[in-house]
Amino acid sequence: MKPAPFEFRAPVSLDGVLEEMREHGEAARILAGGQSLVPLMNLRMLQPSVLVSINHCKELSYIRAEEDGLVCGALARQWDVEHDQVAIQRCPLLVQALHHVGARSNRNRGTVCGSLAHADPLAELPAVALALDADMIAASSTGRRVVPAREFFVGALENSLRPDEILEAVRFPYAPTGSRSCFIELGNRNHGFAIAGVALEVTFGEDGRCRRARLAVMGGENIAKRASDTEVALAGSIIDEAAAREAGRLTASLVDVAGDFHADAAYRRELVAVLVERALIQVASGAAGRARSI
Amino acid sequence: MSQATSLRKTDVTLTINGKSYTRQVEPRRLLVDFIRHDVGLKATHIGCEHGVCGACTVRIDGRTARSCLHFAVAVQGAEIETLEGLSADGRLAGLQKAFHDAHGLQCGYCTPGVLLTAEEFLSENPEPSEQEIRAALSNNLCRCTGYVNIVKAIANAARDRDKTTADPAGESRK
Repeated sequence: MKPAPFEFRAPVSLDGVLEEMREHGEAARILAGGQSLVPLMNLRMLQPSVLVSINHCKELSYIRAEEDGLVCGALARQWDVEHDQVAIQRCPLLVQALHHVGARSNRNRGTVCGSLAHADPLAELPAVALALDADMIAASSTGRRVVPAREFFVGALENSLRPDEILEAVRFPYAPTGSRSCFIELGNRNHGFAIAGVALEVTFGEDGRCRRARLAVMGGENIAKRASDTEVALAGSIIDEAAAREAGRLTASLVDVAGDFHADAAYRRELVAVLVERALIQVASGAAGRARSI
Repeated sequence: MSQATSLRKTDVTLTINGKSYTRQVEPRRLLVDFIRHDVGLKATHIGCEHGVCGACTVRIDGRTARSCLHFAVAVQGAEIETLEGLSADGRLAGLQKAFHDAHGLQCGYCTPGVLLTAEEFLSENPEPSEQEIRAALSNNLCRCTGYVNIVKAIANAARDRDKTTADPAGESRK
């Protein structure tokens, strides 16, 4: 199908974008990579009356290594972040997750901020942002504010931006010394929509015990969720096979899972348990590195 | 805002296969329709129109992209490459021959998108395993389900490129 008609704006500066959003607010949508938005427009599930493209706003395409984290501007494309040397060395969980975000041709165009703002329940990047407590930087014509990831994601396809705001950038904290991470998901393919997935970062103490675990799970029912009870249970423990299995079971009991054509809810819940267990064993055994499909 | 202003056409200029084209189109004109209907280059196919099948794959500023997921007006000024452009200068010749030899196509509808996807993939991964080829193709749907020969064709093309690379006489084909 073809999309419904809309007014098109393509400001060349952030100020221009914010001015358009101030004027058109509720009626407007930001067009970045368009890899989630345009399919919905083609299917006429979304019919914004104004489309504000940021594709000619080059000042937003930065990937910046700042002191307290990697900052991706609204136009930083997923493929570029995935291959950024600082991201590879200091934000391994983000890079592992990016391998699973759409096909190569989607990642060439899709943006990190766009995927976050879209807030799909089975999108990888919201799970990473939640696990790492990323900072979302919202901008409007009246100023900027930093929104913690936990307050940014409201529900499925719903974020807490005001109608006149855009997600100008996101800051992912660097992985702490002694940490290992793992992003793991299962789907029909190794990218695109998964059935369930897990974003995990564990910081180990010198004694080999888990000092701090960060875990977010996506199960399709709602936006990805932090498994805080599992994190508490893991803190201070030795992560062996029994502990990993128990953590998987506990996590599966905490998350909301969807049941659909691809997998019913019971299967998804079991899968969450298995993925958490595998992710923990992988980080505990030091077999970190590139995320791989299973 | 009125329907009339939304339907107002604007000038869009794109460079397609090295040649500049300016056409007046509505903002909602998809890049794939611009290429096929406004410019008249028909190698790029339209399949699902929501980014799933990969038949409409082109290159935007050097990288593969789904032309059904872009509005022509939003890529104003971009360099677009389609199958016509990539085969004209011989870049795809080896890959196309490999598809011919291995019977890597049946109805041929998905083939332009598969070729562009495979070209980008092989340029970065010259010695792929079968599993890597399958992963790279996993968002290009062949409705004839002729994947076995598509995978074989890409593997053969990679092998033949290796030979070409080892042979200084074939230097120009890299």
